Amino acid sequence: MSDRLAVRKTYKLYVNGAFPRSESGRTYEVTDTRGHFLANAARASRKDARDAVVAARAAFGKWSGATAYNRGQVLYRVAEVMEGRHVQFCDEVAAGEGLSSSRARAAVDAAIDRWVWYAGWTDKLAAVLGGANPIAGPYFGFSTPEPTGVVAVLAPQRSSLLGLVSVLAPVLACGNTAVVVTSGARPLPAVTLGEVLATSDVPGGVVNLLTGDAAELGPWLAEHDDVDAIDLTGAPAGRAMELERLAAGSIKRVVRPPSEEPDWTADPGTSRLTPFLETKSVWHPIGL
Amino acid sequence: MTAPAQPSPAFEYAPAPESRSIVDIAPSYGLFVDGEFVDGTGEAMKTVNPATEEVLSEVAVGTEADVDRAVKAARRAFTRTWGPMRPADRGKYLFRIARLLQERAREFAVLETLDNGKPIRESRDVDVPLAAAHFLYHAGWADKLDWAGLGPGPRPLGVAGQVIPWNFPLLMLAWKIAPALATGNTVVLKPAETTPLTALLFAEVCRQADLPAGVVNVVTGAGETGRAVVEHADVDKVAFTGSTEVGRSIARAVAGTRKKLTLELGGKAANIVFDDAPVDQAVEGIVQGIFFNQGHVCCAGSRLLVQENVHDEVIARLQRRIGTLRLGDPLDKNTDIGAINSAEQLARIRELSEIGEAEGAQRWQPACALPDRGFWFPPTVFTEVSPAHRIARDEVFGPVLSVLTFRTPDEAVAKANNTTYGLSAGIWTEKGSRILAITDRLRAGVVWANTFNKFDPTSPFGGYKQSGYGREGGRQGLAAYLTGADSK
Repeated sequence: MSDRLAVRKTYKLYVNGAFPRSESGRTYEVTDTRGHFLANAARASRKDARDAVVAARAAFGKWSGATAYNRGQVLYRVAEVMEGRHVQFCDEVAAGEGLSSSRARAAVDAAIDRWVWYAGWTDKLAAVLGGANPIAGPYFGFSTPEPTGVVAVLAPQRSSLLGLVSVLAPVLACGNTAVVVTSGARPLPAVTLGEVLATSDVPGGVVNLLTGDAAELGPWLAEHDDVDAIDLTGAPAGRAMELERLAAGSIKRVVRPPSEEPDWTADPGTSRLTPFLETKSVWHPIGL
Repeated sequence: MTAPAQPSPAFEYAPAPESRSIVDIAPSYGLFVDGEFVDGTGEAMKTVNPATEEVLSEVAVGTEADVDRAVKAARRAFTRTWGPMRPADRGKYLFRIARLLQERAREFAVLETLDNGKPIRESRDVDVPLAAAHFLYHAGWADKLDWAGLGPGPRPLGVAGQVIPWNFPLLMLAWKIAPALATGNTVVLKPAETTPLTALLFAEVCRQADLPAGVVNVVTGAGETGRAVVEHADVDKVAFTGSTEVGRSIARAVAGTRKKLTLELGGKAANIVFDDAPVDQAVEGIVQGIFFNQGHVCCAGSRLLVQENVHDEVIARLQRRIGTLRLGDPLDKNTDIGAINSAEQLARIRELSEIGEAEGAQRWQPACALPDRGFWFPPTVFTEVSPAHRIARDEVFGPVLSVLTFRTPDEAVAKANNTTYGLSAGIWTEKGSRILAITDRLRAGVVWANTFNKFDPTSPFGGYKQSGYGREGGRQGLAAYLTGADSK
């Protein structure tokens, strides 16, 4: 151990490609599982959430309009940069989740590999989920999956990186933009992921990461008319029904929370892609 | 080329009524529960012919207790007969139903026209054949669900509670029941209050097919009956087609439950006509888009977006074409525009049209005699409509077209997407690359290019945004009724 005094990081929000503090000026103390101080994280407010939705909406056209090939490469680039931050993620996951260094390493490995898996989905979705429709008549018809729009994600509370990646990467692979409320008690890997995203060719606003309290931010996002879908995976216990009711106001697509946080190492299949895709069916007459 | 400004007179045709003697309507109907017609415990309601206001029959209003009986029957059938049945046999029942619908097609068409008010030409050529097609299509899926792209071994959900609207009574029944049964679920269906009769005739078809008791239950009634179906604790799946307002309340009602929900709600589709479109074809498409089924169509092309430089020509030819539409007896084979489905709907169409005028849009209607009895509204075109007008934003659900203009493709896309709805859209242009570019940017679940209001069981149908979620038809539509690792 050297006796050099470490330079500590300031953990902030990630909104519209920048790292602002909460407009409210609020922070909260983040500790490791033994209660030792790790950092003061920004506690995002209602206005931060609304700013994040504005940024996500503005970024949607370009991100959803990019070719699937390009989107796949940008997402793969995220995995490359994550790999370079491997040690930092391990330290943060180990401290925040109380894992041994080998288990933390396994979680980070799985998170990076999960990101790669979703990066490869971008240009397969149309073939796997869409196709030509054999219409009974002189028409050519096809159906193709398209992104739903702006997706609010209440990220898992326990699995601070693998869980986060498992809910965020599929949203992005489909071409959506995201407003994420990170794990409340374990927000630090999410902020570091924001730094990865900011340096990985992901356009600003495509991902917005809010540290803070899902119980406070969830209702604002659930009832926001410019949010198209909400993933309630990390919703606070007992609050999911209220959030789903609020989401009904603008007919949002809702992913209900599992009864308990799942084992994120399991193969997710397409179950986290299809809820954030719309099917568009197109018709054209056939004739000379 | 300039189009003639004057409407051409319609040809005089002799009456050509379809005979209604093919249909026997009973003076009263009970509920179809557990394979039998039973009396409801509530008061009966009358269903009328909207073209004449003649009472056709009395129909039971299902109470909570009736719905409970139906759900119990559906649960028993799911557990004992339909669930354990070999998938291939489930498919064969659906094939039987499809054939019975084809055999009794004319009877269904006449009954649909009597109860709904739509022209016999449409019930005969569209509603009934498409309903049979949906059963035929889904019959084949019953034993092929492992190939539906939902992961291995997808499973049915259980009991499906389904609430359908009055605009395509039998067809919406088919869209709901065929995929539910093909995937191994059982059904409690609540037909619309004003159009219960074809669903009750369908119950008879289920009996002719020897469909096991309880697999399909039909509980007639109004909003309260529908609510009882949606809110019943033993329903696993809710499927609804109707207004966005009711859809919202259903989404709230199922919040926090295990029930899987799909919603097919309202629309305010843009029908975009570019200056290079073949005008006569586009005019046919505009007419088909808004006057098909009296405009009682959630995906109706109710906002015409026409490129500014061809506006006058398109409107002149459109008015000339509308002048030849024949409004009147829905049973007449030459009728183009039938009756508005109910007094309530007629009042809404009138109210929104009056608001349209009050807000400054110009109303045009052809010289058109309306029958003395029944519910009627002439085909109507509003020009000089601004995007802020109620008639440009609200779903009228009637034969009322709002015309707006645009100059550039970007403006067309912006105006088309400027709505909380996202069910359908139309594009008219001869330029293929433009079709694809505009299609790509429209936020709508169905896009018709150089055609409009076409449907097929192989083509998934459903909305973006507040037009709902989930799809009906195609491989994609099966996901609404299945569970498995990948079928969220």
